[in-house]
Amino acid sequence: MIQLTNITKTYRMGEVDICALCDVSLRVAPGDLIAIMGPSGSGKSTLMNVIGCLDRPTSGHYLFENKEISSMVDDDLAHVRNAKIGFVFQSFNLLSRFPAIKNVEMPLIYSGVPSRLRRERAIPVLEKVGLKERMFHTPGELSGGQQQRVAIARALVNNPPLLLADEPTGNLDSRSGAEILNIIVDLNKQGVTVMIVTHDKDVAARCKRTINLKDGWIVGDEATP
Amino acid sequence: MNFLETFKVAFEAIISNKVRSGLTMLGVIIGVLAVILLVSIGEGARIYITKELTGLGTNLLIITPGKTTTSGGFHPPSAGTVRKLTYDDSLALRRRAWLLTDAVPIVLGTGKVKYQNKFRDTTIIGTTAEFERVRNLFVDTGSYVTQADVDSKAKIAVLGRKVKDELFGAESPLGKVVMLSDARYRVVGVMRKKGMSLGWDVDDVVFIPVTSGQELFDTDAIFEIIASTPRAEDTDRAIGQIKDILTRRHAHKEDFTIMTQGAMLATMNTILGVLTAVLGGIAGISLLVGGIGIMNIMLVSVRERTREIGIRKAIGARNKDIMAQFLIEAMTLSAAGGVIGIALGVGISLLIPVFVTVLPTSVSLWSILLAFFFSVAVGVFFGVYPARKAALQDPIQALRYE
Repeated sequence: MIQLTNITKTYRMGEVDICALCDVSLRVAPGDLIAIMGPSGSGKSTLMNVIGCLDRPTSGHYLFENKEISSMVDDDLAHVRNAKIGFVFQSFNLLSRFPAIKNVEMPLIYSGVPSRLRRERAIPVLEKVGLKERMFHTPGELSGGQQQRVAIARALVNNPPLLLADEPTGNLDSRSGAEILNIIVDLNKQGVTVMIVTHDKDVAARCKRTINLKDGWIVGDEATP
Repeated sequence: MNFLETFKVAFEAIISNKVRSGLTMLGVIIGVLAVILLVSIGEGARIYITKELTGLGTNLLIITPGKTTTSGGFHPPSAGTVRKLTYDDSLALRRRAWLLTDAVPIVLGTGKVKYQNKFRDTTIIGTTAEFERVRNLFVDTGSYVTQADVDSKAKIAVLGRKVKDELFGAESPLGKVVMLSDARYRVVGVMRKKGMSLGWDVDDVVFIPVTSGQELFDTDAIFEIIASTPRAEDTDRAIGQIKDILTRRHAHKEDFTIMTQGAMLATMNTILGVLTAVLGGIAGISLLVGGIGIMNIMLVSVRERTREIGIRKAIGARNKDIMAQFLIEAMTLSAAGGVIGIALGVGISLLIPVFVTVLPTSVSLWSILLAFFFSVAVGVFFGVYPARKAALQDPIQALRYE
């Protein structure tokens, strides 16, 4: 599903080039559930941004469903993000002035779904994450766990084959965090490929595979026993 | 994402920040209001002048002594060589210029009119019987100056309404004697009330026969001749006739000026048109300032919503979607401001004549369309830069923005 070949991403900091990702090669099969671990500054977020089509690698090839991503123009990348990838962030990143349902509908606006159909498609997804009865609450009126569930619903509304979660439980108490993780693992069981950036060994333990990064290099890639 | 969706998104953003949106709009509102208001005042003045000038009578030609239309060069004073217009000139025109229906001689001056112990400084006009018809001024009671009065230099006077009211009150002045300077004049008529015309109070006048007027002002000349042609198409030929007849009488010199009502109208129209354009232009500058206000707020808004832009991009918004969102937001602000400004401008323009009667206004469709077009254009022009700035945000930076 995903194939990264010799991906390098460098940033220029004054006179020196900093290597955020160095010669990363990686294959992700459909249905995989991968934890990406490593200390801060190891390139986890950069890897997620590249895979999530938010950032372009400096060099290397990135195939997503057999399509070359590195050569795509901005609009095509936007389309891939819209249709193929769902994002879940540590800080939820909901738009606070809109109710939950509007936040969930938002990706559908950019895929050109008419407004009546948007509501029809957003409600079952909110129901799936258990927030149907709170769909008209704004993020400010929801707890952190509930906000993250809205964010997951938003990520899923276009039925993307890939879900990228950047420390999805990082801002949550352990109980909400466990609930969110359960939802994500369930989604994976239903066939969604999931990649989770995490610091938490317990989270990694529930994934099928763990990739370790350090200083931009992949230093470990093993299946969970 | 289609236009309606983009518009909805933009509208939601405007609604969610009511005070700021309102203040931003205020700049455009004031600009548009000023354009509409000043243009309608200018147009009103133009229409007023046109109406007054045509109200003087139809197809008037005014002949004054002296040549004033010569253009360019330096002219030495030619006193003595300019022949005055005379009563006989007007008689000659009346007899021989068959294209003219009338040629009315006028002497004009100011003087004291006195009745018993009351007196009033007023305008005294010496005319002939045709003046009534030429100038659309009519007698209310009694009779006007007749040809017989002119021929016999009769000491009779026709009072304007205001002069009559001031000197006689409710009393009937007919047959009474008033003093004009030191001469005794018998009142034979009172004019119908007419009011102000081009800043001149037509009711504050005493009419007497032109010949008596010459005696009163001690002159053998006349002030001007008002002539009229029945048809506008004949104006040019009538001018030719007048020139022909008068130059022959004036030793083959064209020492007089013929002014037509059309030319006067055209001159006034040009002056007022320029005035209106200048006023509108000044008001347009305030519209421009309003536009800068929009740009300012949009820049703040883009910065404030950096994270929103990042989120929208992460879930699939293209650069042009973001661009359209902010551009339409700016346009909606300015267009809404434009509509409110137009409503206020039209409203105030219609109210002004009610409270300030001397200031006529006329709201013209073109000024409304122009103001609206400009307010939208201002939104687009000043919205493009902030919208581009928003669209070109790097999604990763934008998502990290606190």
